[in-house]
Amino acid sequence: MNFKNFKFDLSNKNKDLIPQVLTVLFIVLVIIYFTINAQNNMGNRGISFGFGFLSQESSFDITFSLIDYDGSHSYAKAFLVGLLNTILVSAIGIFFATILGVTIGISRLSQNYLISKAAEWYVEIFRNIPLILQIFFWYFAALRALPLTIDSINFYDISFLNVKGWYVPRLIWTNFSLFIYSLIAAFILIFFVSKYAKKQRDEFGKQIPVFYISLAILFCFPFLAFLIGGVTLSFQIPELTQLSKTIYVYQGGVTIIPELISLALALSMYTATFIAENVRAGILGVSKGQKEAAASIGLTKGQILKLVVMPQALRIIIPPTTNQYLNLTKNSSLAAAIAYPDIVLVFAGTALMQTGRAIEIISITMLTYLSLSLSISVFMNWYNKKMAIKEK
Amino acid sequence: MKSIKTWILVVLASSLLVACGQSGGGAGSKKSKTLDNTKKAGFVKCGVSQGLPGFSNADASGNWTGIDVDVCRAVAAAVLGDADKVKYTPLSAKERFTALTSGEIDVLSRNTTWTLSRDADIGLTFVGVNFYDGQGFMVRKNSGINSVNDFKDGISACTNTGTTTELNMRDFFNSKNIKYEPIAFEKADEVVQAYDAGRCDTYTTDKSGLAAQRTKLSKPDDHKVLPETISKEPLGPVVRQGDSVWEDIVRWSLNVMIEAEEYGVNSSNASSLKDSENPAIKRLVGAEGELGAAFGLDNEWSLRIIEQVGNYGEIYKKHIADTNILPNRGPNQLWTKGGILYVPPAR
Repeated sequence: MNFKNFKFDLSNKNKDLIPQVLTVLFIVLVIIYFTINAQNNMGNRGISFGFGFLSQESSFDITFSLIDYDGSHSYAKAFLVGLLNTILVSAIGIFFATILGVTIGISRLSQNYLISKAAEWYVEIFRNIPLILQIFFWYFAALRALPLTIDSINFYDISFLNVKGWYVPRLIWTNFSLFIYSLIAAFILIFFVSKYAKKQRDEFGKQIPVFYISLAILFCFPFLAFLIGGVTLSFQIPELTQLSKTIYVYQGGVTIIPELISLALALSMYTATFIAENVRAGILGVSKGQKEAAASIGLTKGQILKLVVMPQALRIIIPPTTNQYLNLTKNSSLAAAIAYPDIVLVFAGTALMQTGRAIEIISITMLTYLSLSLSISVFMNWYNKKMAIKEK
Repeated sequence: MKSIKTWILVVLASSLLVACGQSGGGAGSKKSKTLDNTKKAGFVKCGVSQGLPGFSNADASGNWTGIDVDVCRAVAAAVLGDADKVKYTPLSAKERFTALTSGEIDVLSRNTTWTLSRDADIGLTFVGVNFYDGQGFMVRKNSGINSVNDFKDGISACTNTGTTTELNMRDFFNSKNIKYEPIAFEKADEVVQAYDAGRCDTYTTDKSGLAAQRTKLSKPDDHKVLPETISKEPLGPVVRQGDSVWEDIVRWSLNVMIEAEEYGVNSSNASSLKDSENPAIKRLVGAEGELGAAFGLDNEWSLRIIEQVGNYGEIYKKHIADTNILPNRGPNQLWTKGGILYVPPAR
C-alpha cells in the first residue's frame, strides 16, 4: 500500500459512510415493516401473540426422553425434552462421524490399493445420496431386517436387539454422586500430572509416561470410591414379558429406540464422508518435505503421523469440519420423518399443532438451532486457536 | 458520487416496493373479501390431505376425489358455477391451519376434528360436520387382542403427529392406567410402514382412517380394527375467522347436500323437481325464495351443487361405501333414518 497517496479527507469518509447508514436504515425499515404487517394480519384474524402457552399442560406423551416427562408437564418441558433429544443424537452423530471420517480419510491415502479404493467408494456413495433417503433406508431396512421381540438377537442374556429397539441393562447406583466426585478428582489430578510432565520434558528433557499414569489414576480413584466410599453398582437386566398371545416386550432395562439408532447411523455415515475429505485435504496440505525430514531423523510411520503431520493438518481440517458438525446438528431435524422425538417433531410439530402458535414456536425453534450452532462454532474456534501455530 | 446515486436509487426503489406491499396486503377485512377474490381468481383455493382414500385422494392423473374434496367442489359450483374450478393444495396435519390463516387456501377440507381450542383459539371457524368419526385401534388378528381391555403395560402404539389422536391416546391409556410407548410419525405412509414392520403393536387413528390405511398394508386381512371407539371426532370444513359471508357460503354448501338427501333430491332428478309440490324442495332447487341473495349469489347456487356434486347420500356411497372403506353409514346417516346428520333448514 502506498501511504503517500492516501489522504484523510472528510468528504471521502462521508462518501463511504452514507451508503452504510442507508443500508442499515433500510434493513431496519424492512424489519419494522414485516413486524407491523404480521401484527396487523394476526390482529385481523383474531390471533394473539404471546408465550403464555409454554406453561400450559402439554397433554401429549413422548416415546423417548432423557428427563422425567409425561403429558401432565408443560410445553416448556416438552421443548426441553425435544432439545435434549436433538443434542443427544447430534452428539452421538458427531462422535461417530469424526471417528469414521478420520479413519476413512486416512484410509484414502493408504498405499494399499484395496483400502484406498474402498474408502473412495464409501465417500462417493454416501455423500451423493440425499440424507433423507439414507435415513429412511436405515430405518425401514433395519425394521424389516430385525426380528420380532420373541425372536430377539440375544447378547449373552443381558442385552437384546429386536424390531422395537435395543434393550440394555439399567445401571442402578447407590452413592452415585460420590462416584462422580471421584471421577472429577481423578481428572483434576491428571491435569496437574500432565502439566508437571510437560515441564519436566521442556526443562530437563525427561520423558514421563503420562498416558499410563493417567490411566491408573482414572481407574484407582473410582475403585477407591467403590471400596471405601460405599458406592455400589448393580444391573437390572431387561426381562421378556408377554402382553398377549403374540405380543411380547422387554421391560426393566433401558431401551434404545430404533429411531435413535438409525438416525445416528445415517447422520454419522453421511457426515463422515465430508469429514474424510477434509482429513485427506489436511494431510495432503502438509508439505512432503516435513514427512521426509521426520523420516530422516528416524521417526516411525505412526510417529510421523502423530507428531508431525497431524498437528499441522489439523489447522486445515478444523474449520471445514466445524461446518460439518453444524450441518449434522441441523440435519438432525430430519428426525421428524422417522418419529425420533427431536425438537422439530415434538415442539415445532406436535406442540405447534396443539397450540396453533406458529410464529412463537417457529421463532423459538429457530433461535434454539441458532444457539446450538453458535455454541459449536465457539467451541471449535477455541479449539482451532489452540491448535494454531504458536510463533515462538 | 456515482455510488451514492445508485444507493439512493436502490433505497427509493425498495421503499416503493414496501409501500406497494402495504397497500396490496394486510388491508382490513371487508365483507366477503374472500368471495370477491375467489370470483376474480376463477377458482376456489382448497386445502386437502396428502392422500386419504375416501376423503381426499388423488388418482394417477392428479384428479382429486373424496367426500372432503366434494365440499370444495360444492363451494366452487355455488360460487363459480363449475364444480371443477378448484385448486387443491395437499397439506400435512401440521401445515393445514397455517395455510388457512395465512390465506394460502380459503377452505380447509381435510378430515379435521372440530374442537373448542381450534375453533376459539387460532383464528379459525368450523362451519359444520361432514363426517362423524371416532378414534379406534387396529391390531394384528393373531395378537390375541380382541378389545381395548386386553391392552397391558408396555404396549407400543403408532400414530400421526399433530393430530387430536395423540391427545386422545394419552387420555385413553391414562384412564386405563396403562403405560404405553407412543411412536408418532409426521406422515401417514410412514406410520403404515412402521406398523407393518412390527415396530408397534397397534395403530391408532380415526376409524375411517384405519379402514382406509388398512388397504395399504402388505397383508390387509391379517389386521383388524377393535370394536371400541375412544373419542368423538367430528370432521368438517374450516374457514378463516372474520369473513362471515364466506363462512356462510361454505356452511350452507355443505348443509344443502345433506338437506337434499333428506328431501330425496339428487343429481339426476334435481332440475325436474323445480315444479315440485313441496316448498322445501322448491327452495333447494332455486324455484322459490331468494336464498342465494343473502350471500351475494344467484338463486340457482344450490341447484348447481346438487346437480354437479350430488347429495350427501350419493357422495357417501360413491367415495366411502362403494370403495369398501366403511360400507355401513353408522352415525353418518340422516336423523330420519337413525343417524345423527341433522342440519338446520335451508329457508
